[in-house]
Amino acid sequence: MKITNVIEANGLTKMFGDFTAVNAITFEVKKGEIFGFLGANGAGKTTAIKMLIGISIPTSGAAKVAGYDVFTQAEDIKKNIGYMSQKFALYDDLTVKENITFFGGIYGLSKSRIKEKTKELLEDLGLEDVASQLVGSLPLGWKQKLSFSVALIHDPKIVFLDEPTGGVDPITRRQFWEMIYRASSQGTTIFVTTHYMDEAEYCDRVSIMVNGKIEALDTPKKLKEQFHADNMNDVFLKLARG
Amino acid sequence: MKTIGYIIQKEFKQIFRNKGMLPIIFVLPLLQLIILSNAATFEIKNIKFAYIDQDRSATSRGLIEKFEASTYFNVLDTYPSQALASSAMLKGEVDVVLEIPLHFERNLQKDKKGNLGIIINAIDGAAAGVTNVYVSQIIQNYNKSILMDVKELSDQQIKPVTIETIPLFWYNKTLNYKTYMVPGILVLLVTMITLFLSGMNIVREKEIGTLEQINVTPIKKSQFIIGKLFPFWIIGMALLTIGLIIASLIFNVPMIGSLLLMYFYTSIYILVILGIGLFISNFTDTQQQAMFIAWFFTVIFILMSGLFTPIESMPRWAQILTEFNPIKYFVEVMRMIMLKGSGFMDILPQLIKTIIYAAIMNVLAVWSYKKTT
Amino acid sequence: MKRFIGFVTKEFYHIFRDRRSLFILFGMPIVQILLFGFAITNEINNVNIAILDHSKDANTQEIINKISASKYFSINQLIERESDIEAVFKKGQVKAVLNFEKDFSKNLIKNRQATVQIITDATDPNTANTITNYVSSILQNYQMEQNKAVKINYVIGPQPRMVYNAELKSVYMFVPGVMTIILMLVSAMMTSISITREKELGTMEILLVSPIKPLLVIIGKVFPYIFLSIVNAIVIVVLSIFIFKMPMQGSLILLALESILFILSALSLGILISTVSATQQTAMMISLMGLMLPVILLSGFIFPISSMPLPLQIISNIIPAKWFIIILKGIMLKGVGIQFIWKETLILLGMTVFCLALSVKKYKIRLE
Repeated sequence: MKITNVIEANGLTKMFGDFTAVNAITFEVKKGEIFGFLGANGAGKTTAIKMLIGISIPTSGAAKVAGYDVFTQAEDIKKNIGYMSQKFALYDDLTVKENITFFGGIYGLSKSRIKEKTKELLEDLGLEDVASQLVGSLPLGWKQKLSFSVALIHDPKIVFLDEPTGGVDPITRRQFWEMIYRASSQGTTIFVTTHYMDEAEYCDRVSIMVNGKIEALDTPKKLKEQFHADNMNDVFLKLARG
Repeated sequence: MKTIGYIIQKEFKQIFRNKGMLPIIFVLPLLQLIILSNAATFEIKNIKFAYIDQDRSATSRGLIEKFEASTYFNVLDTYPSQALASSAMLKGEVDVVLEIPLHFERNLQKDKKGNLGIIINAIDGAAAGVTNVYVSQIIQNYNKSILMDVKELSDQQIKPVTIETIPLFWYNKTLNYKTYMVPGILVLLVTMITLFLSGMNIVREKEIGTLEQINVTPIKKSQFIIGKLFPFWIIGMALLTIGLIIASLIFNVPMIGSLLLMYFYTSIYILVILGIGLFISNFTDTQQQAMFIAWFFTVIFILMSGLFTPIESMPRWAQILTEFNPIKYFVEVMRMIMLKGSGFMDILPQLIKTIIYAAIMNVLAVWSYKKTT
Repeated sequence: MKRFIGFVTKEFYHIFRDRRSLFILFGMPIVQILLFGFAITNEINNVNIAILDHSKDANTQEIINKISASKYFSINQLIERESDIEAVFKKGQVKAVLNFEKDFSKNLIKNRQATVQIITDATDPNTANTITNYVSSILQNYQMEQNKAVKINYVIGPQPRMVYNAELKSVYMFVPGVMTIILMLVSAMMTSISITREKELGTMEILLVSPIKPLLVIIGKVFPYIFLSIVNAIVIVVLSIFIFKMPMQGSLILLALESILFILSALSLGILISTVSATQQTAMMISLMGLMLPVILLSGFIFPISSMPLPLQIISNIIPAKWFIIILKGIMLKGVGIQFIWKETLILLGMTVFCLALSVKKYKIRLE
């Protein structure tokens, strides 16, 4: 039997004290699709991602990622996913190459595979020239690209990208989405959060989160039809204003 | 195993790339070892001494000469009155004032008894006690010498008994302070460096956000912790080695016991400290907090280790508390092996306690490191 | 001015919102002063000693009784052979062994002289020396008792008077030292870290481009810590007076002013450290590794400065803690006024101004 859903969330909830950050969200993500996870700042996107990638234990509900349970098999999930955090989280005091080697190493890649992968990534990113520079000295756009590649280093089934294009220029954003498409075309499922509504148009399907709940979920085309809007921006504004 | 190797490699790169930190890790401690070991002495000498001589007789001058000849006292001044002497003492210019009253010589000859006033600044009670012993010794000797001069000690009396005391100072015949302090200060420096570095390490990654990236990888907790510990363990051992070389070359501290035993004990001891460091790191959110907690324990560990002040003199409850002080054991073992040549069986009690401590702290460190929240 | 107050308020919020750090800042000094005030003493009490009695007669028994009656010693074990001495020392069980010669009583009566060896473990030279002195004086007393019948001529009677601390309590020595160390380290560490933290997080730039002058930014950052340190100082003084029964001979107001001056000098040192370090880690290591041992060892807190080699006596002059300890002891124990400690006060003031001027200069260079 072929698993077509790589993420299945059912009533997933996270509470911090009295505050419900994520309120019983239910959705699935199909294998190979680019799934957009939209919402305003503070809508609960990052909290939801952290539950799915196994670094935050849900308060209630259920979810399976890559076929593994988020409650009991978090470590198995981690083998099958890549994650790029909102905040740049590679080592500023290591070089580009050293960062790639380090993360390849802790994902358990063999030495020759790390070499291969490093070469491939540097070429893809066009970072060969700065491979031996400290990451801290790179501009933000390059850092983001590097983060994305590191998230892909172990060929994960799913990649979670938390606001990957925050704070970068339009050209770099463009290049970034090209990278996302390339990864997707190789069969990797992409789970991406953003608050740029034009980016939502690039996704196969999008969900829109408002105050911890998923208020809408469909293809961008169908959502626009449903909300009688010209673009995703209007869809979002209509939902957010309730 | 391979995974651990990658972490170790990364940590080393980060440490050696930080040009500001390298001198702090390696130069500062050794410099302190060389300089501060000279400061730690309880030996009382150069006592600031002044006198008031109201008698101005041969006897009083003879007594003052004795003080001038002594290496313990530094005869600074003479005052005409007690008021001036007191004021000098208030200013901290003198610590001992000898007051020879009027008619001292006459009373001594007539009544066979003469009194001397001695004022000692006793804020440092222990030093004042020792000062008092030195003062009395000089006066007693002077007393004896004038007795000899008079030669009135005739044979008609029964000869007094004497108990002869022969002091023997083992392991350190010259009472050299440095051989005592150098091993102890070396212990402190090794401890401080390894504790501060490990204590700030994980919390630093937490603060800059890289820890989250590590937490989404399938790395095992124990692999991560071991990889983190190992570089600091190496640094600790390296510091010990350089410190021992300095101790022997510059301070001529002997190494009577087994060097191998020393290293064996140290290798376990550093694990205790690293475990404490990581435990602190796991329990704090910012480097600032981690540092304060590390500071808190270090000050307590240092001052209650028996390094500077004796543990036996502490109240019972405080002595029990020192049982939880790893530095205490290291200081004891270091001095025992280096200065007395104690062997494996001699240090066994300390060794066992240290091993238990290391096991507990590292289990706690691994346990308290949570990949999920 | 309004802006400045707003800024200071923000700093207070930062500190008070972080409950854990607040607990650390106030709780730790209290725990430390209580612990050290009670536990640290350089007196010698209850030292374990062993007896090797080859004679086992009436005289040796009397001497042993006198020694075990003294508060300085506790007789830990009796050993039988010379060869056992090495073993008990190596295990670290006793610090000294008293070795009575064979036929002690007989020699004493017949030859009018008997011998006892005081063998000390001199790895700790101070304890060894003190033990030797104490045992000797017990033996001297015993000897005098034995000689009561004999008349001796000419006695110079020294009448020592211990001033400022008649009972020779070591608390008087250590409480001022502990107070100094805590204030010094807490103040210097807090400032150096909190400023470098802003630098590292990049928020310092935001503050520096704001219309508030750089100097005011720094003052604003430091201000809450002045307040915290003063509270700490008050707590410590109250504890030392009421719990450790430290006398308070001098003026409380003078003590308060001098304490504030010392806190300022420690804070300015913290600011200076923050200007030379780029990361919190560096700032911490400098203020912990660089300050802790020199302050403990060179301030006269435990070891008398006058006994140190001359170069170290000179170096000790640059340790602000040294001067504050002199001031504290002067005011609390000797009851002196400013006319006796103006020199020390000026030195602290000079150090504060120096550190601040250097920091301001460094900041200016960076900004240009």
